[in-house]
Amino acid sequence: MNWASWSDFWNMGGYGLYVWGSYGVTAAGVLIEVILLKRAAAETHRDLKRMQQWTASLQGEES
Amino acid sequence: MNLYTFASPAHFYTLAGRLIPWFAWGAGLFTLWGLYIGFFQAPTDFQQGEAYRIIFIHVPAAWMSMFIYLVMAFWGAIGLAFNTRLSFMMARALAPTGAMFTFIALWSGAFWGKPMWGAWWVWDARLTSELILLFLYVGIIALWAAIDDIRRGDRAGSLLTLIGAINVPIIYFSVKWWNTLHQGSSINLMKAPSMAKTMLLGMLVLAIAAWLYTIAVALVRVRRIILERERQSEWVKAILAKES
Repeated sequence: MNWASWSDFWNMGGYGLYVWGSYGVTAAGVLIEVILLKRAAAETHRDLKRMQQWTASLQGEES
Repeated sequence: MNLYTFASPAHFYTLAGRLIPWFAWGAGLFTLWGLYIGFFQAPTDFQQGEAYRIIFIHVPAAWMSMFIYLVMAFWGAIGLAFNTRLSFMMARALAPTGAMFTFIALWSGAFWGKPMWGAWWVWDARLTSELILLFLYVGIIALWAAIDDIRRGDRAGSLLTLIGAINVPIIYFSVKWWNTLHQGSSINLMKAPSMAKTMLLGMLVLAIAAWLYTIAVALVRVRRIILERERQSEWVKAILAKES
């Protein structure tokens, strides 16, 4: 085991800022990408459905 | 059914939808395993203390930044040569993730360089060529976004990707060709790795996690691109109708 306690763990032998600064930004990058991706996917589905309903209503008027 | 079945966007859309959860869960599990090795099993480094633990994200991120670019260039080349629609979509789907990993490689490198070299940034060949890689990713994404005509945009972006591919071997060999502050590679196909086995294992496990993650998000993105481009087709209408 490398760590005697939690504070020991967060301290990272005095390199806490650098180690957690790297891991933190990596976690943030992954999280932001996943959130943006989910949002964009939902948006695409919504837009396409709206477009589909619109064309369906146009066809309804014609007949 | 043959090999070309899945080159059709309609079939690939369904296949990708089934594969995504597997890659996503795999990425999560490998990340947990890799972090456990990295923080609890790998010993403290005798020279760098605990600071070396940045290696477990720095190296996989740097590998991914180069691999993803090469995969993009591969799909771009296939698209340009055979005019296959899905290849261009794959190239577009990979670019944002490649840019993200390049940014992480540079960022974690800076946070490693500061305590070890005393500088966040130096203009040595390795760092500079990796920065150029980030600019290439951003430039390609911007070019795709700027051209409204999808087919023209596909071709222009893929051409730029192919031209920029020359930068990848430059990044990889920069530590050999020039005198760099950045250290040489610790892992080499020709000789035994110059690091402890647990350290190596942690790095490889997290590299696999990064691969699985990349495949998962690229598949999600490519599905969205397929839907947008095929929105006039009957199968997309059927899928949307089923959802509502």
